[in-house]
Amino acid sequence: MSNHTEPDVVVIGGGVVGGAIALGLARSGARVTMLDEGDAAFRASRGNFALVWVQSKGFGMPEYAMWSRRSADDWHGLATILGEETGIDVAHSQPGGFMLCLSQDELGKRVDAMHRLHNQTTLTDFPYEVLDHAETKRRLPDIGKDVVGAIYSPLDGHVNSLKLFRALREATTRRGVDYRPNCPVESITPRDGGFRINGPWGEIATAKVVLAAGLGNARLAPMVGLDAPVKPSKGQIIVTEKTAPFLHNPMVTVRQTDEGGVMIGDSQEDRGFDTVVGQPILSVMAERAVRMFPRLAGLNVVRTWSALRVMSPDGFPIYDQSLSCPGAFVVTCHSGVTLAANHVLTLAPAILSGVLPDAVASFSARRFHV
Amino acid sequence: MSETRTDRDAKTGRGAHSAATLSFSFDGRRLIGRDGDTVAASLLANGVTVCRETPVSGAPRAPYCLMGVCFECLVVIDGVGNRQGCMVPLRDGMTIETQHGRRQPEETQG
Repeated sequence: MSNHTEPDVVVIGGGVVGGAIALGLARSGARVTMLDEGDAAFRASRGNFALVWVQSKGFGMPEYAMWSRRSADDWHGLATILGEETGIDVAHSQPGGFMLCLSQDELGKRVDAMHRLHNQTTLTDFPYEVLDHAETKRRLPDIGKDVVGAIYSPLDGHVNSLKLFRALREATTRRGVDYRPNCPVESITPRDGGFRINGPWGEIATAKVVLAAGLGNARLAPMVGLDAPVKPSKGQIIVTEKTAPFLHNPMVTVRQTDEGGVMIGDSQEDRGFDTVVGQPILSVMAERAVRMFPRLAGLNVVRTWSALRVMSPDGFPIYDQSLSCPGAFVVTCHSGVTLAANHVLTLAPAILSGVLPDAVASFSARRFHV
Repeated sequence: MSETRTDRDAKTGRGAHSAATLSFSFDGRRLIGRDGDTVAASLLANGVTVCRETPVSGAPRAPYCLMGVCFECLVVIDGVGNRQGCMVPLRDGMTIETQHGRRQPEETQG
């Protein structure tokens, strides 16, 4: 594959994270090539739960709460940009989100967790409410009697993440990004102040490279003096037939999509790269969901699937520029949907300028080696 | 999953001509099907070209893959909406109706 015009930046990874970075770079005027492993990739972008979620994030790193909040705020702008550039409505909304609890013990633990989160630092302006059954029922008339209460935050929302994935692909294409499918990367070699990237498809040279390859970042990062010790965390999801709208807010484990299907999710298992879907987990998820919303019992299940979250050792994102090979960046997180607005509007322009912003200083992988 | 005609024919060596006749209705019309056929196959055999309207755009659809994957053959069977017609063996006396878009929430009370 000969390439006479070398791109300014090569983004490795064609999912929601890579697509968001590529869009942000292209909007800043960069010539971008995106190398996508293809449909063999694990692709969390295809299997995620599609929340734009803030309320429970940042325990152990308040900067992550701030970063998530910033992206949730900026998501309105991103949705507008995607709509204008592609004509695709990604069905983003921020109606506020609930975490429903099915026992006093559960609710007590959630309330404690929220107190600990908010005691860390000045997380002022991170509003949330603790609701009892009656108040939850007033706001969500369909809840069942087993719901003892809820945590509510007006900051939470959701999106149609498949439409987001498609819109990012469409927007980057329209912005002239050279998208190359079926291009797994075997090696990245620092050379002449830039990089040569090789795979079975050939070779490409570039001044800057961004690793946005999800679980693949663990293997790629050491090639350019970076560290991305990410591991898979399996989540299973159930989706029902499309039904008339009755849930206007997302829960952390149940949401109704813009098209009417109800998604039930948020299991977590450490099973390596196994993506088998299993009844033990699904049945617990389904049973809890039906206790939350008895109406769900009458719906047909259409599909179940699993996907692998991209988890760092502490669960927070990793954003770094290589010290030994400047111009090489890693961008990896398990909340590529929530953080998409930051990636397009804040991180990508900073990558092009060559200096990561102060807002992400805490997300360097150097934190794992102190 | 109960036995379909092809399974039985394979075992007995008998052809389709020996299948028993079943009576069913589609949107109130009396139709005839064959024992061992699925609901979707029976609709196609009766010349039905639209069995549902999609929930999102309202586009008309008919059975397509006949193997449980495409979800184009959704119909109302004996009052239960959004059933996959290609996964349900036809039974005598079944009442089958076009699936018009989404089921309404009051229809899904478990």
